Formats: sequence, structure tokens, C-alpha cells
Amino acid sequence: MTVPVEWYVALSAILFSIGALGVLLRRNAIIIFMSVELMLNAANLLFVAFSRYLGDLDGQVLVFFVITVAAAEVAVGLALIVVIFRTKQSINIDEINLMKG
Amino acid sequence: MEFVTPTINILIVLPVLLVAGGGALLMLLELFMAEERVKQWAPTLAIIVLALAFLQTIGLWGQTHTTFTPEGSSPMVILDNFATFLNVIFLLTGFFTVLISVNYLPRVGLNRSEYYMLMLFSLSGMMLMGMANDLILVFLALEVLSIPLYILAGLSRPRPESEESAMKYFFLGAFSSAIFVFGIALTYGATGSTALPAVLAGVSNGGALALAGVAMMLVGFGFKVAAAPFHMWTPDVYEGAPTVVTAFMSVGAKVGGFAAMLRVFVSAFGSLGQTWVPAVAVIAAITLIIGNVVAIVQPNIKRMLAYSSIAHAGYILMAVAASVNSPDGVSAALFYMFAYLFTNLGAFAIAIAAERKLGEGVMLDDYKGLAKRSPLLALAMAYFMLSLTGIPPTGGFSGKFFVFRATLEAGLVWLAVVGVITSVVSGYYYLRVVYLMYMYDGEGELHTKPALLTAVALTVLATLVLGLLPGAWYEITKQAALQGLQVLAGG
Repeated sequence: MTVPVEWYVALSAILFSIGALGVLLRRNAIIIFMSVELMLNAANLLFVAFSRYLGDLDGQVLVFFVITVAAAEVAVGLALIVVIFRTKQSINIDEINLMKG
Repeated sequence: MEFVTPTINILIVLPVLLVAGGGALLMLLELFMAEERVKQWAPTLAIIVLALAFLQTIGLWGQTHTTFTPEGSSPMVILDNFATFLNVIFLLTGFFTVLISVNYLPRVGLNRSEYYMLMLFSLSGMMLMGMANDLILVFLALEVLSIPLYILAGLSRPRPESEESAMKYFFLGAFSSAIFVFGIALTYGATGSTALPAVLAGVSNGGALALAGVAMMLVGFGFKVAAAPFHMWTPDVYEGAPTVVTAFMSVGAKVGGFAAMLRVFVSAFGSLGQTWVPAVAVIAAITLIIGNVVAIVQPNIKRMLAYSSIAHAGYILMAVAASVNSPDGVSAALFYMFAYLFTNLGAFAIAIAAERKLGEGVMLDDYKGLAKRSPLLALAMAYFMLSLTGIPPTGGFSGKFFVFRATLEAGLVWLAVVGVITSVVSGYYYLRVVYLMYMYDGEGELHTKPALLTAVALTVLATLVLGLLPGAWYEITKQAALQGLQVLAGG
């Protein structure tokens, strides 16, 4: 039994939407961060699904690039969260509001 | 399976390698030398690296090369006049940033040796943005550009504003990157490739999948270049980051975003022009209105320049929208960015001279009486403000002239009208700075060191030259422009 590619597209679209909503709605910096990762992994799933569907290996190679970049973002992002926690004793982004736009 | 090495011509990417290598060298030096000595030498080393890369880049003008070509596929990196011209913009941005940073950082107690290293890494990402011929390389370049900037925005920690700035920039940057990479995945599914020539060939038959991909990539670029409605992060990030970092990213990150946007949208998605041109035109109009109107009420010069940079993204977007139907669109965008580089960095140089301590002396009221304290600097600031408004004879005027002309040629008359009206509105807040400098008395100190004065003098000169002799420079941008749908595949 094979799963049609449309199902993968739908699944990754759902995962992406959950991630995007998480970024927009949640207030905890770590959760927002995890939501961004979910969005990136939704893209990874799409790459792999299309790669199989098209019979083209490029898509699977691209996933490695995305994972690498995500790792670099984690390094910087977590460092920033730690730094902010030291000054504010909080990672609630509603409390990080010195400047108003 | 046999391993076939791709064709690689290192000479083509040498400018990028020099810049990135300079950053790595600075990192290594910290291991072997005393920190004080590294700090002392870092600016000089950065200037040397930038000068070498500049010479190499100038030598490549007029040539078209491709490299990193996998067997049986399209090249990953392309170096044409478009990329060379943008590399010149980025290297000049780096050069001026070093000049304005060298005395500012020790003065405000931020003399950290990682500053120049991160700046060079970010520059190498910007340079790759213009050279990328594959969507995945665009994504990588975008991240190499952005990640050092997240750190630089938080450079003056534990100052809370700076930390907040870094945090906001990071979250919205990561969010937009995720949207961007999802757009790449959709485009890959629709066209079967991420190489721009193959994308161009397949995108018109890609259906809804391709359209969704184009839309998400447009959102990703919108965030990077600070176009409304994706601009919310800009004022806070610009205000909180150290002023030299603000200067660097207001030019570098914006031009970097537009570099890849022009290449991707004008060449690879050119055949979908009917679909995305109206969208970009509407985004440009909203950006122009929001940027110029909200700038009026800003009491802080960094926030005002942030909204001004949003507005200028709107003018460049006008040129992007025009670039499918007008042969002058891309060259107008390039000329505008070239003029914007000098004008904006010059204005920031004076803002840096007027900044007493971190975050002090950045209100518009601090500019009262500047003309009495330093007539020459006030004159230069007034000239930059005229250029940002678009009053001749300045580079800003020439840039706006070419952009409006291209917009009219492309048949977007309503957008040109919006552009002209918002330019008039922008006169209010730019000229208010001039008014405050000349009509009031005020106290304050100015920090003018030779390096900063050199930067001001050079940017004034360049803005003047672009204002008086726009024709000659426009010819150069004309040679650098991408010619419509022509994708330079495989050399």
C-alpha cells in the first residue's frame, strides 16, 4: 500500500499551520521556539515527500541543509533566551516590551 | 555509484571567501594573541580584507561566470554584473560600517572583538544572496546573513533594550525563514527542482502549488527587507540595537534581501509576473504609506530612521514591481540601493557622532542647535535629509526619479502617484531635523574622530556625485541589471 503524495502535503501543511499558530499565539519564548522548529520540520517532510514522488534525490539533500541551519538557529536562539532570562527572570515575551512600536 | 565532483572555480567566489575567511581569521587570532591586541587590530584587518575583496570584485566586472555546477545540473553560484554590482554595495557598506564603528565601540564600552568577525560573516552571506542561482543557496545565504545579525543586535547586553531587540529580531527572523523554506519546498514540489533555470521552466505549469510557493517566498522576503505588513519588528530592533549595528543592517540586510528577491522573482518567477506584480505593487503602496506616515510621530532618531528605512523599502519594491514590464525596473532598483547606501550610512554616521552614551542623545531634541556646535556636520546632516526626501541635487533624488520613471513605464501609474505623495509627506519629518538643527539652541557634545569624519566626507561626496552625474552611474546599473526573463544557466 502506498500513501499518495497529497496526504503528505496535507500533513505538512497542518504541521506548518500548527507551528505558525504557536508562534503567533503562545507567549513562552521556548514554546515559540519549538513552534518555529515545527514549521521547519513541516518543510523537511515536504522536501522528503516530494523527493520520493519526483524520484529526485535533491530534496533529501536539502533536508540536511535545513537541519543544519535549524541547529545553528537553536544555538543562537537558546543563548539569547538564557541572556534574557538572566536580566528579566522571565521568558514571557509579553514582559519583554520596553520599546513600543 | 561513482562520485563525480562538481565543477568548481574558486576564483569566482574568492571575494566571498576572503570576507568569510577574514572573519574566521579574527576568530583564530583570539586563540593566539592577547585580547587587547586583537581588538586593536581587528578594524585594520577588516579593512584590509574588505579592500582585497573589493579589488577582486572590481576585477570581475563585466565577466559572467558560473561555478559549483553538479554533473548534469545547473550551477549553484552565478557571478554576473548584477552580482558584482551588489557585491560592491555590500563591501562599501562593510567599509563604512568599520569607519563609523572604530571609535564608537570603545567609547560606549562595547569593544568586543567578535563585532568585526560577525560583521564579516554577515557580509559574506549578503554577497552570496546576489550570487545564488539555486533556492537552497538563497536560503543558506539568508541564514548566514541573518544569524550574525541576531547576535550583533544584542551586542550591548546586558542593556535590556539591546537584548529585547535581539530577541524580537531573532523570533521574527526565524519565523520568516521557516515560511521562506516552506515556500521553497512547495516550489520544489511544483517544479521538480530548486535550481532557478529549472524553476523558471516549470513554474508556469506548477499550478496552485507553485503559486503558494511564490506567495510564501514573497512573505519571507517581505520580512527581511522590512516591507509592510511584515515590518513590525523593524522600529524596535533598530532602536534597541547599538547604532552602528542599526546602520549596518539598515543597508546590508535590506539590500541583501532585495538582491535575492530580484534574482528569484524577476528571473525565475518572471513568467508568473501577472500574479505577483499586483501583490508586490500593493505591498509597496502599503509600505510607503505606513513607513512615511508613522515616521512623522517618532521622537527618536533611530526609530525615525527605522520607519524611513521601511519607506525606502517601499520605493525599492516599486522598482521590483516595475521590473517585469519595464526594462528599467531592475536598474532603477540597483541605482536606488546604491544611492541609499551612501545617504543612509552618512545620516547614521552623524547620529553616531551625536550619541553621547549608549541610548543617550538619540532623541530628535538632541539635534537642537547642532548647526552652532558643528556647522559642517549640520550641513552634511541637512544634505542627507534632503537626499532621503528626494530633493535635487542629491543621489536620493536621482534614485527616486529612476524608480518613478520605471514605474510609469510599467504602467503602474497609481503606484507612482502614491510614491510621489508619500515623498512629499516624508519631507515633513526629514526637514524637521534640519529645522531643529538650525532654528534652535541646544547643548550637547559631538564625538568626531578622523575615521568618522572620513566616512561623512566620502558619503557626502558620493551622494553629491550621484545627484549631479546620475546618467553615467545609471549606465553602470543598466549593465548590471538582469535582462527580464533571461536566466544565465550553465554559463
